[in-house]
Amino acid sequence: MIRAKKTSLLMNLILILGASLLFASAGDGLWMTKVPEKDRARQNPFDSESNAVAAGAKLFRQNCSSCHGSEATGVKNRPNLHSERIRVATPGELEWLLKNGSMKNGMPSWSKLPEQQRWQIVAFLKSLQ
Amino acid sequence: MILKLKFNFIFKMDSVEIGEVFLFCRYSRPTGLLLCFAAIVVFPGHAFAQGNYFVTYTHHMEEPGNLEFATKSATGFPRAGNAFLGNAVELEYGVKTWWTSELYLDSQTTANESSLFTGFRFENRFRPLLQEHWINPVLYAEFEDINSADKALLEVVGHDGVGDFLSRSDRSEKKREVELKLILSSNFKGWNLAENMIAEKNIAGEPWEFGYAVAVSRPLSLAASPNACRFCRENFTAGAELYGGLGDRYSFGLHDTSHYLAPTIAFHVPNGPTFSVSPAAGLNSNSHGFLLRFGVAYEINQVVSRLRGK
Repeated sequence: MIRAKKTSLLMNLILILGASLLFASAGDGLWMTKVPEKDRARQNPFDSESNAVAAGAKLFRQNCSSCHGSEATGVKNRPNLHSERIRVATPGELEWLLKNGSMKNGMPSWSKLPEQQRWQIVAFLKSLQ
Repeated sequence: MILKLKFNFIFKMDSVEIGEVFLFCRYSRPTGLLLCFAAIVVFPGHAFAQGNYFVTYTHHMEEPGNLEFATKSATGFPRAGNAFLGNAVELEYGVKTWWTSELYLDSQTTANESSLFTGFRFENRFRPLLQEHWINPVLYAEFEDINSADKALLEVVGHDGVGDFLSRSDRSEKKREVELKLILSSNFKGWNLAENMIAEKNIAGEPWEFGYAVAVSRPLSLAASPNACRFCRENFTAGAELYGGLGDRYSFGLHDTSHYLAPTIAFHVPNGPTFSVSPAAGLNSNSHGFLLRFGVAYEINQVVSRLRGK
């Protein structure tokens, strides 16, 4: 009995510690002020490609949906991407965010994805609005 | 057979049932937790595991909250010794976007000898610059407690060479070592180029040993296909690694060191594991003539949230 209680206590401690380390606050939008002008002005090279949204949706499901939800509405305190901020953001700003992340806010860098795939995700995000 | 049936069952559960599993996990006792852990392992994750290389690290960190299980195996056939299979089981956890923590459990099997657990390694990687740059540094610190029978070959340093693998495996020599790495990594037009500088010291008083690893890789296709597909070119990454020792504090250089050149290929199964293979060729007489490395990695998203049933 005592052993079970100890195990339970230990598990709770591990969970609490892990959870407190894990989750940063929801996006605060400050990242938009850091985007260099030349990146902000970039246009999505996949704009004219009809398949880009479908490819972006696939990439979104594979890489982003665990935090932002399969419908991009956000999970827990992670940002809902059907938002005004995403709507007004330029494609260049969104690609910059995917490349650099907003690490203080818990958004990782997705530079491991090739630039083309990041643009495809941007095409999908813009199609949500 | 029973195991296989159980796996099939879990894969076929729908999202509601999966939610119930995690709810059960939340309130279960240690034995149940073990079962839950197994269920989480076979529950399909959504992100693919990253490892394109076997020795070289890049600046890509584990996503916060994600847990990656991986095995990294190296098999060799020294002419004057017994064939061996060194294995490292890796648990990698994203603590923060800029901090990844990892635990390795090493073991080995040598033909005509035995199978041994050879120790553990605990490492942390920190990314000091929070934005992408031309060159992205990562600081790596590791403590390892392994013995002289270890054959995982996760790095090559100092005067490591094929001679270390010829005598019968024994665990008599303890290697409690600190290992530091400076990882430099860049992404350019779909290519990743990574360089690691390695310094390792046995805390029993042996001198610092040095090594290096350099790697380059690229996905076979930079843009994703719009269709769901398992064998699309974008799911394959090809590259090459070059790694070896650089002597120690008192004899720094290439003399009496070993070096390897290894093409690598990784296959990321969508919503599934990543399989990697790398045949390595020894570049001098002090190296193994041939090493075959292979590994499997599987990433579980937001593992703590799942255990808590949220």
